[in-house]
Amino acid sequence: MKKSSIAIIFVAVAMLVGIYFVPIWEIVLDAPQYPESLMMEIHINGMSGDLQTINGLNHYIGMKVIEPESITELKLMPYILAFLILFGIVTALLKSKKLLYAWFIILLLTGIAGAVDFYLWEYDYGHNIDPNAIIKVPGMNYQPPLIGSKQLLNFTAQSLPDIGAYLAFAAGALLLFVIIRERKSTPKI
Amino acid sequence: MKAPRSVTNCLMLIVFAALLATVSGCSSKKDSKGPALSGDEASRVYVEPGKYDEFYFFISGGFSGQVSSYGIPSGRLLRVIPVFSVNPENGWGYTEETKPMLMTSYGFIPWDDSHHAELSQTEGVPDGKWLFINGNNTPRIARIDLATFRTVEIIEIPNSAGNHSSPFTTPNSDYVVAGTRFSLPIENKDVPISTYKENFKGALSFIKVDKASGNMSVDFQIITPPFDYDLSHAGKGPSDGWFFFTCYNSEMAHTLLEVNASQKDKDFLLAVNYRKIAELAAQNKGTMGKTRFAHNVFDEKTQTASTEWVEQVRMINASDLKGLMYYIPCPKSPHGADVDPTGEYISAGGKLASVIPVYSFSKMIKAIEGNQTDGEIDGIPVLKYDACLSGEVQNPGLGPLHTEFDDKGFGYTSAFVSSEVVKWNVQTKEVVDRIPAYYSIGHLTIPGGDSKKPWGKYLLAMNKITKDRYLPTGPELTQSAQLFDISGDKMKLLADFPTVGEPHYAQAIPADLITKNQVKIYKLSENMNPYAVKSPNETRIERKDGAVHVYLGAIRSHFTPDNIEGVMVGETVYFHMTNLEQDWDIPHGFAVMGNQNSEMLVMPGETCTLKWVPEKAGIYPMYCTDFCSALHQEMQGYIRVSDKGANVPLVATGGK
Repeated sequence: MKKSSIAIIFVAVAMLVGIYFVPIWEIVLDAPQYPESLMMEIHINGMSGDLQTINGLNHYIGMKVIEPESITELKLMPYILAFLILFGIVTALLKSKKLLYAWFIILLLTGIAGAVDFYLWEYDYGHNIDPNAIIKVPGMNYQPPLIGSKQLLNFTAQSLPDIGAYLAFAAGALLLFVIIRERKSTPKI
Repeated sequence: MKAPRSVTNCLMLIVFAALLATVSGCSSKKDSKGPALSGDEASRVYVEPGKYDEFYFFISGGFSGQVSSYGIPSGRLLRVIPVFSVNPENGWGYTEETKPMLMTSYGFIPWDDSHHAELSQTEGVPDGKWLFINGNNTPRIARIDLATFRTVEIIEIPNSAGNHSSPFTTPNSDYVVAGTRFSLPIENKDVPISTYKENFKGALSFIKVDKASGNMSVDFQIITPPFDYDLSHAGKGPSDGWFFFTCYNSEMAHTLLEVNASQKDKDFLLAVNYRKIAELAAQNKGTMGKTRFAHNVFDEKTQTASTEWVEQVRMINASDLKGLMYYIPCPKSPHGADVDPTGEYISAGGKLASVIPVYSFSKMIKAIEGNQTDGEIDGIPVLKYDACLSGEVQNPGLGPLHTEFDDKGFGYTSAFVSSEVVKWNVQTKEVVDRIPAYYSIGHLTIPGGDSKKPWGKYLLAMNKITKDRYLPTGPELTQSAQLFDISGDKMKLLADFPTVGEPHYAQAIPADLITKNQVKIYKLSENMNPYAVKSPNETRIERKDGAVHVYLGAIRSHFTPDNIEGVMVGETVYFHMTNLEQDWDIPHGFAVMGNQNSEMLVMPGETCTLKWVPEKAGIYPMYCTDFCSALHQEMQGYIRVSDKGANVPLVATGGK
């Protein structure tokens, strides 16, 4: 591999390290009563934002209380990310193209798995509603969108990637760039 | 304005009716409803719904005892801040936490007459931290925290009565003052009123303000002859370190002051070198006099007020302060003592005077150095009028009261009798513009207009009489404020609006200096009220020291507990309610049927206590009084009260 490719791989590794320090995903809730918006930010190992207020409001519709401490994924994700970072460092040190392909695929699969898991989590919270809920709307579920915007009663819920997700996308794009570049420059035997 | 409105109005107007008819070019009565507006005024005061005003104006409530905050230029009332008067609307003075705030040496007083709002300053410029306001009737000074818009401290002023000349601040708010309007015997003894000249004294109190906490303490009092101290202002720039008080009744009359205190051609402006006197006070100058007054502090951590009793006060006789105090003659019955932004000029409006004297600080110092005196009063030298005078504003309108300044070298004086605002050049003393006020203007306010840095865009006139300005409301009418544009050469009337109570004076400041410090909620985790509950699990009921304590939690949309049994007739019940919300603008209220008490509003994260003594057995509903949520109406509960000796255990349930 070219020296510059190795350098790019290290940049991608640094981006992945950055994910530890920034939120990955955000859910923004807007309502007439909340011109300042309510915010829920998902980090690699927890959540931040107006969780207490959101839980307070959710009790009307009978949604489960969101407790970051009891969400298994938030405990596992820091280790998964550490594995991905180590994989990248080893790839760069061994300058192995095979490892590079493998790394890219693992990264891609992790991303997809994360999205699926997030969807299932949203589905669970949106559908598993207390039958004694104060407000019951027949046929209504409160699952926020995976990505994009959705009207949930008086709230417009927007689910959007945050800095962490952009860092992951960028790291993936850099790897793809290195792979294509290295393939082109490989002398044909 | 301090004179009863009816007396002043009737007699002053009669006295000056003849004058008005003869003074040409001074009449403001050409059209009693005012000139036609030129067209763009509406857009000047229109603030789009949802947009913020440019300035906060804090307008004193006079006999309402409160302070109201307005947005300017729209004139929208933002909030009335309870200060000296009880406010059943939110429980101020009714909850156990706030009752001590209204304690005085005369007991609990549910009211006062709040006159002059004063913003704290840093280096002579309003800083938006605190607002001070005087209680005129039972002499007190209150401090409002502008992060929460809450009164957090009230200190009583000893040896004072009619705390009118107050609470004006020094340029760094290290002091606020309280000059007494009524002279009194020291320690307020029982003496014949006819011994006024021998036994009565005028106390000027200097209240120290702690830079960090804002806490006030009476540092020293200067004991002066029994004049009536009216208004005051601190010097700044070159005159920093001095304070200037106007006084009337140099005749020392004690009856029919209207006539007897209006005999002399001149009263006085009193110049006090307070910085030097403070140094002497720190070296134990003077004597510690016996007294007893209340100092009430609202602790923001425990959200609870307490009263501390102060038993002594440092008093220094003016006659022992050689070279530090001077009387300067001032035309008849002066009101405002107003220092211009440079600190060189001091104007004093004389209510019965035909000119506004403008004194020069540097000339005053020269007069002191050159010993240009004209006798003395009780050991205080009287300086020669001409030796201190920079000039007189001629034809300033009738009954000039109070002056504020813009940032372009102009003074604006309210003329009560001729009901107008008069604009004059501070250097040349020439009147350059005048505009009618509707009607009988008292004080006026320019944002920063008594500081080093006026924001000279608007002027607010505060009027005593409204008559035909608004739709009539029977014999008792509102008072009003009028907004003028002073950004150009000519003053322009923009709008007027009714006020809460009588607007004596206001202070104003650019909005961002206040908004940046605003508190939205009280953090539950920092709530140190001993009766707080941090979650519904901590709610409970107990009988302790002969009273029932209910520890209530309130969160949308229920109380925990909401069913209470076992309370006996005649028992004292304390409801300690914590608002468990941590969300902006979600207060909960609390009220019980038949409670001879107010309701209370509890802000997110706060704990308040309401007392109730049921007198009859039966079932008593309680409910949330603030429309908190869609299920606000469901936020309710019951209390069962049984006859004494009934076998009903004390239980509180709910939340299931």
